[in-house]
Amino acid sequence: MNLEKIIKEIAIKANIELRKDVKILLKEALRKEKNEKVKKIFKIIMENTKIASQERIALCQDTGLPLVFLEVGRDVNLNYSLIEKINKGVISGYKTAGFRKSTIDKEGKLSYTPKIFHIEFTSAKGLKVTIFPKGFGSEAKSALQVFPPSAKREEIDNFIIETVKNADIDACPPYFIGIGIGGDASFALVLAKKALCEDLSRPNKDKELAKWEKSLVKKINSLGIGIIEKKGPTVLAVRIKRYPTHIAGVPVGVNISCHALRSATVKINF
Amino acid sequence: MIIRLKTPLLKKDLVKLKVKDEIYLSGKIYTMRDRSSQLLVELIKKKKKLPIKLNEQVIYYCGPNFKGKTLGACGPTTSRRMDIYLERLLKEGISATIGKGERNLFVRDLCRKYRSVYFLTYGGCGAYLRERVKKYRLIAFPHLGSEAIYEFEVEDFPLIVGIDTEGNSIRG
Repeated sequence: MNLEKIIKEIAIKANIELRKDVKILLKEALRKEKNEKVKKIFKIIMENTKIASQERIALCQDTGLPLVFLEVGRDVNLNYSLIEKINKGVISGYKTAGFRKSTIDKEGKLSYTPKIFHIEFTSAKGLKVTIFPKGFGSEAKSALQVFPPSAKREEIDNFIIETVKNADIDACPPYFIGIGIGGDASFALVLAKKALCEDLSRPNKDKELAKWEKSLVKKINSLGIGIIEKKGPTVLAVRIKRYPTHIAGVPVGVNISCHALRSATVKINF
Repeated sequence: MIIRLKTPLLKKDLVKLKVKDEIYLSGKIYTMRDRSSQLLVELIKKKKKLPIKLNEQVIYYCGPNFKGKTLGACGPTTSRRMDIYLERLLKEGISATIGKGERNLFVRDLCRKYRSVYFLTYGGCGAYLRERVKKYRLIAFPHLGSEAIYEFEVEDFPLIVGIDTEGNSIRG
């Protein structure tokens, strides 16, 4: 098994093939849309998807910071050399496909990746790797607030709504919004990103959260932010993930994705 | 109805445009981003020779991809970040800018003052927009990578008037 090659392939795939669930949600939004101008935007988005996949070029020139999420199984020997192989695979994918060097260091040197890994361990076997190219037009709109335990749902809703209002149309709507609730402050934001890596065309397995997500979609779309003009849906899906936290607070992280929500996952057995 | 325009863009044509108008632009446009805007403005301030003639030209906020010599995705980036450089470039005579997203409120005043237009194009659709770029040429600052200034020769590049010469914004 050539790990580097496998990673190279999914790093390319993540940037040129729009996720199946994202396509489903876009199609559904187009089907429901009545405004001709908004329909036109959806059609252009879909045409973009087709061209990227046929021509094997990136969906968006911002191929992001290629974030790596790892789920490390009990039989996986996680060490520096494994991380290096994965990183080399990402770089090789970006280089081969002609993706942009969007990473810069303090000396002004450009590169493909800052090597950001989010690692969790599982009792299952094998290694699950997700490459999540995060564009910075949307990342720039991220927000975090730590609420007191007495916070009402409405207060959390208002914070999320304000975050989307602040993003306005800068982050390429219609958006997908990941919400992380729990952990510590930084963990809540990682959780929000993990939420965006889930299949968003399926309802949240947690029924209560699924209901909350639905009500948030409704509230945000009634703000009338729109896509270019103030027409059309601003958000296509919200996904909330929860995690245990300290008794003294409720960290809430919000991560926005543009309509070209990209990620690719591979499961590797050793 | 889609209005067809050619670069260089003249003020007398720009003043006829109103927010929400849809345009197909053809001709030469110049890419710019954070660091290329900054370098260009530094050259202007030092009264140095500029790598491009800015008068009546159109700036496209974009950092494209290249696969070898072939142009890849080349959609718009968030314009707001380049607002601080705008007035200096307007003084040099640029006629319009293209990007995505809303801009700071002062840009509306600048558009009115200099009779300039801010166009929006489709964010996150870099592969689609590439089809409308027929040729490209490196103009300046190659060490900046995707942030270098490129000349794009575009044909029917789709735009929507975001801010018109009266300072009206599509965002209200």
